[in-house]
Amino acid sequence: MRKQFKAVALSLALAFAAPAFAQDELNFDAYREMLADGNPAELYEMEGEELWRTARGPKNATLEQCDLGLGAGVVPGAAAQLPRHFADTDRVQDLESRLMYCMETLQGIPSEQIIKGKFLKDERAKLAALVAYVVTHSNGEKIAIDLSHPKMKEMYALGEKAFYYRTGAMDFACSSCHSQDGKRIRATQLPNITKPEGAAAGWGSWPAYRVSNSQFWTMQHRLWDCFRQQRTAEPIFASDVTIALSVFMAGKGNGAEAVWPGVKR
Amino acid sequence: MASPMRIRAAAKDGVTEVRVLMAHVMETGQRKDSSGALIPAHFITELSARHNDKLVLSAQFGPSVSTNPYLAFKFNGGAKGDKLAVTWVDNKGDTRSDEVQIA
Amino acid sequence: MNHQRRGALKTGSGLGVFSLLLAAGMIKPEMAQAAWNKTAFEAKTLDAALAAVDAGKPVESADVVITAPDIAENGAVVPVGVLSNIPKTEYIAIMIEKNPNMLAASFTLPEGTLADVQTRVKMGQTSDVYAVVKADGKFYMSKKEIKVTLGGCGG
Repeated sequence: MRKQFKAVALSLALAFAAPAFAQDELNFDAYREMLADGNPAELYEMEGEELWRTARGPKNATLEQCDLGLGAGVVPGAAAQLPRHFADTDRVQDLESRLMYCMETLQGIPSEQIIKGKFLKDERAKLAALVAYVVTHSNGEKIAIDLSHPKMKEMYALGEKAFYYRTGAMDFACSSCHSQDGKRIRATQLPNITKPEGAAAGWGSWPAYRVSNSQFWTMQHRLWDCFRQQRTAEPIFASDVTIALSVFMAGKGNGAEAVWPGVKR
Repeated sequence: MASPMRIRAAAKDGVTEVRVLMAHVMETGQRKDSSGALIPAHFITELSARHNDKLVLSAQFGPSVSTNPYLAFKFNGGAKGDKLAVTWVDNKGDTRSDEVQIA
Repeated sequence: MNHQRRGALKTGSGLGVFSLLLAAGMIKPEMAQAAWNKTAFEAKTLDAALAAVDAGKPVESADVVITAPDIAENGAVVPVGVLSNIPKTEYIAIMIEKNPNMLAASFTLPEGTLADVQTRVKMGQTSDVYAVVKADGKFYMSKKEIKVTLGGCGG
């Protein structure tokens, strides 16, 4: 872990230094195309589909009555419209927080277990598999979140503020890395999230399978790692700031096609 | 126990195309964990695929095959509804077999 | 059975019969380990790997086509496909020159299986990737350089 931390710091330091490859050599289109067919995220999707249909938890229930916004049990297209304001909770929820709510209300699995858990472990890992399952059924759909509810507007504004908010030991904001075209860390191109196409590229390609560590990462996981790389306080799982940043990205990316789940270096 | 494979097999114009994703760490035996200890090698060594009961592919893998291995191949014949089964074995003797119907 | 075994051994991979037996449930998985070509997979040089699969010095052939990106975003997962247009192709091996062990994977193709396979391999650094093919008893090869922007072994 420590080593990885250093590697990240080094890569940040090198971000704008002399590259080993010229920019025009770094065309990964062929590479990415070959990986898209047979994305190992499918293995997580399979697990998630099984979990969706398996009676679990103290209430021994499945998630088949979970309402992801399009009605009880409706999965196709649901992720494309998340985050959204849910009347039953009167809260803005992203996919992870909504699934967590379903697991608690339908199955009796306490959300605390997930919030206080670790990524890739136990119930949080199961939640990630469920995410893989749900987003796969919005693959190719256009991002279509509804920003009309006052609480969505509030979240969008909070997300925008958080995006530009400089903090941490290195006085970094999300915008430090994600508000210009053509920036990269080593060979990794960074989307410019201040533009609709950049926001769509970010929002519409996570969750994703990461080939560098063979892990499936949800957007919650991705955002948590952005905070960590920012050297600031790590956000609480599914907390408002994470959902707000998601509303900001999804809202800016509205109308673009989602490629879910993604596959990343 | 090993996790299930994702097998897709589709027949088209007399050829069946098979794509397989296997859940496996494919540990090389050359990496160290956080305490500096070598992580023992753990990888799929052999794989076979059968169409109904006929062998259509056998393969040997080394630790250079990526984690969660992917394999795609094609064979002549195969019809919708036929069985396509894949079995792998790893260097620790773990094994996994999964079967699908050709689409 | 003996005939079959001899045939399998002749391919240089010697795995056919074991896979068959395994598939038929006639042997236990751990027994199948005996078939895995340890010498080839542990070969540290290209020549040694070629020798271990009985390929000797294969003839370079344009009919052996490697499908792979010119540059990989991460060496942990590099897609590599091999297509052989040589009739009676019965065996395909993928070797990576600059990996600690050359041989990544080998495929034995029964009659009726197309000489067209794809998998994904780890590459520690930019390297030539070799496709070695056996067709009608003779070995052929081709190579392609794949650039790797980040080593795949550090995770």
